[in-house]
Amino acid sequence: MADQLINQIVWPIVFILCITVPLIIAVAMFVYWERKVIGWMHVRLGPSKIGPFGLLQAFADVVKLLIKEVILPTKANRFLYFMAPLLALIPALAAWAVIPFSSKMVLSNANAGVLYLLAMTSLGVYGIIIAGWASNSRYALLGAMRSAAQVISYELAMGLCLVCVLVLSGSLNLSDIVNAQAGGKGLFDWFWLPLLPVFIIYFISGVAETNRAPFDVAEGESEIVAGFHVEYSGSAFAIFFLAEYANMILVSFLASILFLGGWLSPLQGWIHADAPGWINWIWTGSWAWLFIKAFVMSFLFLWFRATFPRYRYDQIMRLGWKVLIPIAIVWVMVAGCMKYLGWVSIGVGA
Amino acid sequence: MNRITGYFKSLLLIELFQGMGLTMRYMFKPKYTVRYPMEHIPKSNRFRGLHALRRYANGEERCIACKLCEAVCPALAITIDSAPRESDGQRRTTRYDIDLFKCIFCGFCEESCPVDSIVETSIHEYHFEHRGENVVNKQQLLAIGDRFEQQIAADRAQDAAYR
Repeated sequence: MADQLINQIVWPIVFILCITVPLIIAVAMFVYWERKVIGWMHVRLGPSKIGPFGLLQAFADVVKLLIKEVILPTKANRFLYFMAPLLALIPALAAWAVIPFSSKMVLSNANAGVLYLLAMTSLGVYGIIIAGWASNSRYALLGAMRSAAQVISYELAMGLCLVCVLVLSGSLNLSDIVNAQAGGKGLFDWFWLPLLPVFIIYFISGVAETNRAPFDVAEGESEIVAGFHVEYSGSAFAIFFLAEYANMILVSFLASILFLGGWLSPLQGWIHADAPGWINWIWTGSWAWLFIKAFVMSFLFLWFRATFPRYRYDQIMRLGWKVLIPIAIVWVMVAGCMKYLGWVSIGVGA
Repeated sequence: MNRITGYFKSLLLIELFQGMGLTMRYMFKPKYTVRYPMEHIPKSNRFRGLHALRRYANGEERCIACKLCEAVCPALAITIDSAPRESDGQRRTTRYDIDLFKCIFCGFCEESCPVDSIVETSIHEYHFEHRGENVVNKQQLLAIGDRFEQQIAADRAQDAAYR
């Protein structure tokens, strides 16, 4: 009885904390890194006052947000108003359950992991719509509607990109997808090469899904102030912020897992040395490779934000429906042909 | 033909990659930021900052209460009262107030002064903590002049050749 309790409740909770707590700290450091990088690209320094090199800036901001007053607008729907941030945050955190950090480190090795991820990332949009509606503000409602339309459009392109990966790997399990990218040709065995256009489309839709620049019409401060979270303050706003950045990191991890071989080493199959464990990981692969890849992918988010001006709303819709989805559909067929003709070498499943 | 090349240009994201290359180059450029309280940018010797009243080397105040500065001041920031001095009967100011909120730091008072008494120093970092402190009186102005006389004289000497 006690064993059962520990196995089914205590350990899962410990594992969940092992993922979410570092994730929240990672979000804080990511915000700092974003401000630094964008500052550098603007030929500024970025935060540099609080802590060494400004490292504690994000934590100071968190404290500031938490002690601020949470304001409830007049005639706002109290229940929905406070539910919305949670609806945005919970899917963003829950999606991390199926992410395999290495061949053994995965909280839930679900068979339909990709399906679960799609479901969770789609749920996040409810938080945004409800936040916009419950705020009783025109700007918030407009921002929520823009965001909803955009997320739904780009989800199609994203889903088609995932179909390509599924066709090649033949599995919905994320660990199996990574194992399918194993092989003797190093980083050329990963799916980014046969699926290059799809990889780019996936990342573009990922940026659009998380409502980041240049697809951030949902916040469009020049037209609708700040979009769906215009009425939120203090800790409620902090939760939206947390959800957005957790989603960005999630998309970076997913891109690394689906297209860049997850924890596999880019040198796989090239070096066969027998070295002690502390250096062996460089060619056998470990969670460190996944984190390096995800770091590079998340850097792209910041790079995009510093480089590209915001798309107009109709341009976003045109890009999603008339460019990305057709190319993705074509590439689903191309991927099917590649698989059928055996052009792509698929690694041994787990 | 142009349309076709343009189509492929946008499809292959060429211009976007060029833009990203540009921002990446800027990321490694030396930064323009001046960490203000710790670092300062060089200041011109003609900088017009906080006012001061100067004295001659023998300690006699320069101001002779001609009221030219009061007359020329476009913002009406200067208020002067004058009377014969009790000790020797010389014409001197009994009151010399500058309202720093009205002042537009144009430097006309300094230009108009026949004895180089009222000057604008290069001090630009000062603040008030209470209502009314924005009006500085004669004693305060003389004190500023006494304290920064060396710098004021150096700035004027540097600029003298161009006047």
